[in-house]
Amino acid sequence: MNPAFQGLLTIIIGVGGCIGYFYFSNQFLDKVLYPAKGPKAGHNINRANQIRPWLFLFPAMFALGLYLAYPVFATLWYSVTDRDQGGAFVGLANYRQMADDPKFWEALKNNMLWLLIVPAASTAFGLLAAQLTDRIWWGSFAKSLIFMPMAISFVGAAVIFKLIYDTRPVDQSQIGVMNAVWLQFEGGIGSFLILRLLPGLLMISAAAAALYVAYSQVTTAMEKRGTAFILLVRGVFIAVLVWIAYSTLALALGAFTKTYPYGVPQQWLTIPGWNSFLLMIVLIWIQTGFAMVILSAALRGIPEETIEAAIVDGANPFQVFFKIKMPQISGTIVVVWTTITLVVLKVFDIVFAMTNGQWETQVLANFMYDKLFRANDWGVGSASAMVIMLLVSPILVWNVYNARKEMR
Amino acid sequence: MDGMVGSKSSLSWAVNISVVLLVMLWLFPTVGLLVSSFRTTDQISSNGWWQSLFPTEQNVSLRTVDPDEDGVQQLVNGLYTVEGNVFGDTSEAVISVWGVSSRAIDSFGPGDTADLGEGESITVQVDGSYVWTGASELSGRGQRVFATAETPPEFTTDNYRTVLVDGNTTDSMAKAFFNTLTVTIPATIIPIVIAAFAAYALAWMDFPGRSILIALVVGLLVVPLQLALIPLLRLHLGIGIGKGYLGVWLAHTGFGLPLAIYLLRNYMVGLPRDIIENAKVDGATDFQIFTKIILPLSFPALASFAIFQFLWTWNDLLVAKVFLIDATGQTTVMTNQIVELLGTRGGNWEILATAAFVSISVPLVVFFAMQKYLVRGLLAGSVK
Repeated sequence: MNPAFQGLLTIIIGVGGCIGYFYFSNQFLDKVLYPAKGPKAGHNINRANQIRPWLFLFPAMFALGLYLAYPVFATLWYSVTDRDQGGAFVGLANYRQMADDPKFWEALKNNMLWLLIVPAASTAFGLLAAQLTDRIWWGSFAKSLIFMPMAISFVGAAVIFKLIYDTRPVDQSQIGVMNAVWLQFEGGIGSFLILRLLPGLLMISAAAAALYVAYSQVTTAMEKRGTAFILLVRGVFIAVLVWIAYSTLALALGAFTKTYPYGVPQQWLTIPGWNSFLLMIVLIWIQTGFAMVILSAALRGIPEETIEAAIVDGANPFQVFFKIKMPQISGTIVVVWTTITLVVLKVFDIVFAMTNGQWETQVLANFMYDKLFRANDWGVGSASAMVIMLLVSPILVWNVYNARKEMR
Repeated sequence: MDGMVGSKSSLSWAVNISVVLLVMLWLFPTVGLLVSSFRTTDQISSNGWWQSLFPTEQNVSLRTVDPDEDGVQQLVNGLYTVEGNVFGDTSEAVISVWGVSSRAIDSFGPGDTADLGEGESITVQVDGSYVWTGASELSGRGQRVFATAETPPEFTTDNYRTVLVDGNTTDSMAKAFFNTLTVTIPATIIPIVIAAFAAYALAWMDFPGRSILIALVVGLLVVPLQLALIPLLRLHLGIGIGKGYLGVWLAHTGFGLPLAIYLLRNYMVGLPRDIIENAKVDGATDFQIFTKIILPLSFPALASFAIFQFLWTWNDLLVAKVFLIDATGQTTVMTNQIVELLGTRGGNWEILATAAFVSISVPLVVFFAMQKYLVRGLLAGSVK
């Protein structure tokens, strides 16, 4: 049977079946099971109305249970059993085996970098784009162009950026933009300004910003104290910030001292350290539009009076932005951040299509795919899936908590 | 601008320029792909796509017609003469300088005559037409001409023909295109129907455990589908669905449901209570209220989710790879086809760029046509 015809048939059967199910089950309930007439009419109507919600809910709940809830537990079970031994319980052996695999730690490290950089950069660019486009007459047109990559598949984006990172041998003309730009640098004063001074200063200011935030956290912790839990969270936060400051300073030092291979086209995607960032750029390019759309709506929702009052009191544009606007949209920023975080945790297509985890670009989702379908090792594959689930669960708890709070 | 009356115009210039730069930066990658898909293999490998938009000056090595071919050589005024155009047919290229040896490619200007020795000489005009004469019969291969020529931008739709119409089976996107369509349409429509009923129940029906179910949906919203791969593949293989369209439709339905229920419920809760209560007073059943009142009113939310689900299923690679594509490869989808082309045709950018653009063109059209609903859905789905 032709698949297109099969597809049409499925739509008819699926949609018709669903509607038929809903219609006939309601009819059955009202006419046969608890008819709304006779001596017990009132009682029957009540009974029918108690059952009806479940008729409406049943297909969805069944599908959700089977396709999302059950797999969580099944994967948990697979991760502690061994398929080769007929599914015998092996405790944490799979996790141990996974921990012994250097590729896993590489994937975890890269995932952490992705988690730090992609949401931060997308949100920052999105905020910038929202702030800028909201004040020009062709802003909505500009917005839809920046938003456009949202419609492009990760695989399509991978091809687009592979063309940008493309490398040709030294004697041919470069067709990748990145190498074409790279070959413009030859080690003169321009190269010093753009390749050493600019990134160096950027890194130093990033380190300074991280240290400043860490310092203000320390002072608030000194003043307020608070519960042990809050202190612990603060401590972890400060430690992460100090680590960020340290690594950005190291990068700044590298920017000033490293010898650059001028005039030689580089195979960008094979340079460990750099290539992960190049893959992240793809996702940042896609997600910035999303952040921009949401943040722009939030910025427009800020009451005018608060801004006017601040200006009357003599606040400059930076103060207006950081002290008046930012606090009012912080809730939205958190939502954008967590949404992009979820995308990052599941990122698979980009890495799979561009490097397939070679040259130290492995991420958890691709590591898992590798284990499941190439190495056919379901135990370790499921164990790494559980690691992804573990990383997602704080957001899950937070979302559920918020939803519950909202409904009260 | 917020209260900076004096510096308004200069600041608004700065804002305009930065937005132009930002938009260009964001468009640049996609435009590169689009332009590359209209260039030939030679053009792509000879220079970057950004140079193809303007006339380019290139050094080309050309050759005149082989004088040994029949009828090429004519005796004019006692001289053996070969005439023609170094670019083959007529071309729009403009020659600025040329030469006859690779060591001196800029010895002559257009219209000059180069002495080749032994009584031979050649004259090349600005458009590439040449006259090559010799006192004795010309022989050997054609005379080499090195020219620096400015060629105007040139584009072709041949790549699209190769990829869509008459490509061989490994390059062809036509089948993958229809396969993707076959996956996408049922996988978009079915979850909407199922979710709409559930969303109505969660929004407007009173029953114990409702808030727990809503919380459950919110929780499932973030469960990574990676967890579902193995258990569900086993399930599908176990109950005989195997790998195929039915499996991928079911999988997409399951994975799309949380967002569908969440979006639709949030929208339906906001509908005016009066309408529903009036209808109830008039004796309408829940089923009638749902189909006659709620569904038509919820159209914006339905459209939002439909776009999300369409984009997501069209662009998906992982679910198709796990639940659909079997060893025969007959059911490959476009994303998978592109990944395979990346492996086998890594350097053939004309095929890759065209294939990728075919795959992203449909989502782009949907995106620009229905952006309003997409934005609305995003706002409803994430801003709380």
